[in-house]
Amino acid sequence: MYYTYAITGLILLISFIINKRRTIKAIKISFIKFKKIFPTFITMLILVSIILFLFPDEVILDYLGNSSKFISVLLASFIGSITLMPGFVAFPLSGILLTKGVPYMVLSAFTTTLMMVGIITFSLEKEYFGVKVTVIRNTISFFIALTIAVITGILFGEIFL
Amino acid sequence: MKRNVKIRIAYVSIYVLFLVVSFVLGYNPGKEIAFNFISFLIYMLKILPCAFILIGLFEVWVKKESIEKHLGEESGIKGYVWVILLAGTIAGGLLVAFPIAYSLYNKGAKLSIVFSYIGAAAICRVPMTLYEASFMGVKFTMIRLLISLPLVIITSILLEDYLTKRNYKMAEGK
Repeated sequence: MYYTYAITGLILLISFIINKRRTIKAIKISFIKFKKIFPTFITMLILVSIILFLFPDEVILDYLGNSSKFISVLLASFIGSITLMPGFVAFPLSGILLTKGVPYMVLSAFTTTLMMVGIITFSLEKEYFGVKVTVIRNTISFFIALTIAVITGILFGEIFL
Repeated sequence: MKRNVKIRIAYVSIYVLFLVVSFVLGYNPGKEIAFNFISFLIYMLKILPCAFILIGLFEVWVKKESIEKHLGEESGIKGYVWVILLAGTIAGGLLVAFPIAYSLYNKGAKLSIVFSYIGAAAICRVPMTLYEASFMGVKFTMIRLLISLPLVIITSILLEDYLTKRNYKMAEGK
C-alpha cells in the first residue's frame, strides 16, 4: 500500500517538474473521472456491507468445511462470486480453512472467483464496458476458476482419475 | 432529475435511515453493516486516489500512438507480456483495473489486451501473489498462475473476436 503512494507521489513530482500545466490538467482529469464514477462506488459499498453481513467468516467456514468436495467447490465458487474481499483478508481466511482440512481445490475455487468474478462490482463494471460484456466476462471467469480448481484438485491428489 | 438519480437517492436514503435507526435502537445487524461499510470505504479511499491520479497522468502523458503500437492491433505476443507486467505491478484488484482498462482502450489498446489486463490484474498482482503463497504454499499459487494466465489470454482473444464481429464499442466519457 505505502509503496503505491510513494511511487504515485514520485511520478507526480517528476511530472510537475517537467510540465506544470500538464500535471494540473492530469489532476483535473483524475477528479472528473473519480466524480463520475463515485456514486457507483457508493452503491457497491452498500451491497458489500450487506453481503459481508450475510456471509461472515464463520458462515463461510461452515459451508466450505462440512460437505462433499464437489459440492464444496461449487459452494465455494458461488460464495467467492458474490462476496468481495481484499486479498489481505481472503488469504489468511483461506489459510485457516486449510488447517481445518478444507481441500486445496475448494480454496482455489473460492479465492479465484473472489478475485475474478464480481457480482458486487457488476454495477461498476457495466458503467465502463456495458452489461453484455460484463456478463460474458464474469461467466468466462467463473469457468476459468472452476477449471483451475479441478486441475488443482488433480495435482494435489484430491481428485483420483 | 433523471430517473436513475432519483432511484439512487431513494435507496441511499433508506440505507442511511436504516443505519441511523439501528444505532438509536441498538440493533446489532445494522451496526455490523455500518461497520462493514466504513471499513470498506476506508479501504477504497486508500487505493483509489492513487489509481485515479495515475490514470490522469497516463491520459496527459502517454501518446495514443505508443499505446496503439505496443498494445494495439499490431502488437502481437509482446503486447500481452507488457500488459501482464503492468497488471502485476498495480495494486487494487478489479476496482482499480476497470478504470485503467477503460483508459487503455481509449488510448488505442485492442480489446483482447484490455480483457487480459483485467484478468491479470485480478489474479497475478505481484504483492498479492507473494502474500498468497505465504499462506497457501508455492505449489498452490504456481498452479493457479500457470493455468489461469493462458486461459485468460485465450478467452480474451475469443471475446475480442466475438465483440469485433458485432461492432462493439465501449461507452464514451466515463
